Amino acid sequence: MDLNIFLIQFLNGIQYGLLLFLVASGLTLIFGIMGIINLAHGSFYMVGAYLAFAFTRATGNLGLAILLGLAAAVVLGLVLERALIRVLYQRDHLYQVLLTYGLILVFEELRSVLFGNDVHGVPIPQWLSYSIPLTDTLSYPVYRVAISGVCVALVAGMYYLINRTRLGMMIRAGASNREMVQSLGINIKLIYTAVFALGVALAAFAGMIAAPIASVFPGMGNQILIISFVVVVIGGIGSITGTLLSALLIGLADTFGQVLLPELAGMTVYLVMALMLLWRPQGMFRKSA
Amino acid sequence: MTADNKPSGSRRDFLKTAAATAGLAAAGTFVPARFAIGQQAKVKVGLMLPYTGTFAQLGDAITNAFKLYVAEKGGKLGGRELEYYVVDDESNPAKATDNVNRLITRDKVDVVVGTVHSGVLLGMVKVARETGALLICPNAGADEATGPLCAPNIFRTSFTNWQPAHPMGKVFYEKGYKTAVTITWKYAAGEQMVNSFKEGYTKLGGKILKELYLPFPQVEFQALLTEIASLKPDCVFSFFAGGGAVKFVKDYAAAGLKDKIPLGGPGFLTDGTLEAQGAAAQGLLTTLHYGDGIETEINKRFQFNYAKTYRSRPDVYAVQGYDAAQLLALGLEAVKGDIGARKNVIKAMEGAKIVSPRGTWTMSKAHNPIQDIYLRRVEGVENKVIGVAWKALADPARGCKMT
Repeated sequence: MDLNIFLIQFLNGIQYGLLLFLVASGLTLIFGIMGIINLAHGSFYMVGAYLAFAFTRATGNLGLAILLGLAAAVVLGLVLERALIRVLYQRDHLYQVLLTYGLILVFEELRSVLFGNDVHGVPIPQWLSYSIPLTDTLSYPVYRVAISGVCVALVAGMYYLINRTRLGMMIRAGASNREMVQSLGINIKLIYTAVFALGVALAAFAGMIAAPIASVFPGMGNQILIISFVVVVIGGIGSITGTLLSALLIGLADTFGQVLLPELAGMTVYLVMALMLLWRPQGMFRKSA
Repeated sequence: MTADNKPSGSRRDFLKTAAATAGLAAAGTFVPARFAIGQQAKVKVGLMLPYTGTFAQLGDAITNAFKLYVAEKGGKLGGRELEYYVVDDESNPAKATDNVNRLITRDKVDVVVGTVHSGVLLGMVKVARETGALLICPNAGADEATGPLCAPNIFRTSFTNWQPAHPMGKVFYEKGYKTAVTITWKYAAGEQMVNSFKEGYTKLGGKILKELYLPFPQVEFQALLTEIASLKPDCVFSFFAGGGAVKFVKDYAAAGLKDKIPLGGPGFLTDGTLEAQGAAAQGLLTTLHYGDGIETEINKRFQFNYAKTYRSRPDVYAVQGYDAAQLLALGLEAVKGDIGARKNVIKAMEGAKIVSPRGTWTMSKAHNPIQDIYLRRVEGVENKVIGVAWKALADPARGCKMT
């Protein structure tokens, strides 16, 4: 592998890692702050992709579709939290697993009823639909670069939100001591609702911007769910910084694993997870949540 | 209504009437005395197919076409009505044994039809060999099922993984491509197709630079596309299906490889996916036992009826499901519906000569179709047949004791 190819592969790994971060960050927020194991997180990713597909078909504009889709995702998050998730805060994790698994089935069935089981494509916006030649045979799609840019901006935004704003402070406080926060007169219920809606919106947003390159198909949510859990576990549950580093690590491990160890391609990610768990069972950044 | 539309109207009426009277007809039909009791009951057909997940649309197409043939026959095969027991196998090999046992032991079906995923099929084959249950596979191409694991009660109406992949080696080599890279999912079907391509391609003198694999059903191809670009082969052989095929073909084009390194493979790469693949798929060459533009009477009728009933274009999976029903019909007709007369059912199915929408095919000794493999080129949303890549290709059925 010469240096050029190595650098391109590195870029591939980072780019994949950033997209993973987008999905996993919502998962880690909901789990770390609210203590909810949300198996339906992959479904929110799928919902996002199908919303992008439906709205793009209706409006012909991906940007507009994403705005509409985001609004719909936030509403979905609010409704779900109010109607279902709220009941589970005091319950055992097993109830949460049962309910959110049920949600997976509901969303899959809805998807099947509304959109059928066909594979759909979402067109890349014209102004992003070209590739930059990198070597004499390989070009890099601009849309992928754009996605990475959006992801980086979101990482910065989330870091700011959690560590530098009053809302972020309340979220962090709520994560470490729910009763204390409540007794200080802060409406913790409202914060939980907001966090859940934010988590859903993040997953749906990832699905929406990934739709043009990932296409839209049944079962897409479950694929991303498993790898997201791997990311969250390695990163340390509830830690945004940890999730970011672990997403990048997984992105790179997966990319180079496929190229350097093709025979073990399916395993590299899980090997990394096993090693990390041996080294730091609590995850890379458990405390800084 | 114009003259053109007339036949369609009458055909719809026919189907309607057929469906409506199916239930009433049972009492009135002629029943040979010998089977008087057996005839009352319906033939129990177990459909074990994926109805969720990556292969869901394949499972639907097979089911639709199977039922279409039965409807065309007035709702009866060999004089008996069918009763369906449906199981979603989720393309999950871990659940295969339980699922098929549910059909065979609990529901006591007379015949199992399934499935799409090769790994799941192998689980079904194992149970079918143990219980002797009649199994008709309408898609999954695992070579073993009609190879080392072949059995008198196991039939296939689709292909072996070896079959559609093998001719691509010849096609590529004759175009003057001397080096190739292969890329597929790391599971039974992918590996067998790659091996089959490799066998045909290297025998002629072609060279495989590298075999690339991706865990099933992962769809993040960017790293492997970069690898292909750095290896610079003359051509790329790939096997993907469903959602994975859509994404691979689009990513391949977006990486700028499409115009520089020709891409080809078994037709699953572009089947039922062209609408989503769009411009990225135009001009791709694939080999398969079905395609668009087969101008036979039966194919036109099949396409017309399918489109009419299900409002979508039938694909290769539908054809295989249709032929699964044809094969079962043949077996049942030979014994006038007495599916208990297994020896004769199997004998009739072994001697099958199926007039299929894909072209007429015969059953090999290992119970797999001997069929023409077409060379197809993507034009618009069609996989246009541009020739026969290999006439009457039979799987070598290595390890099968029945040959």
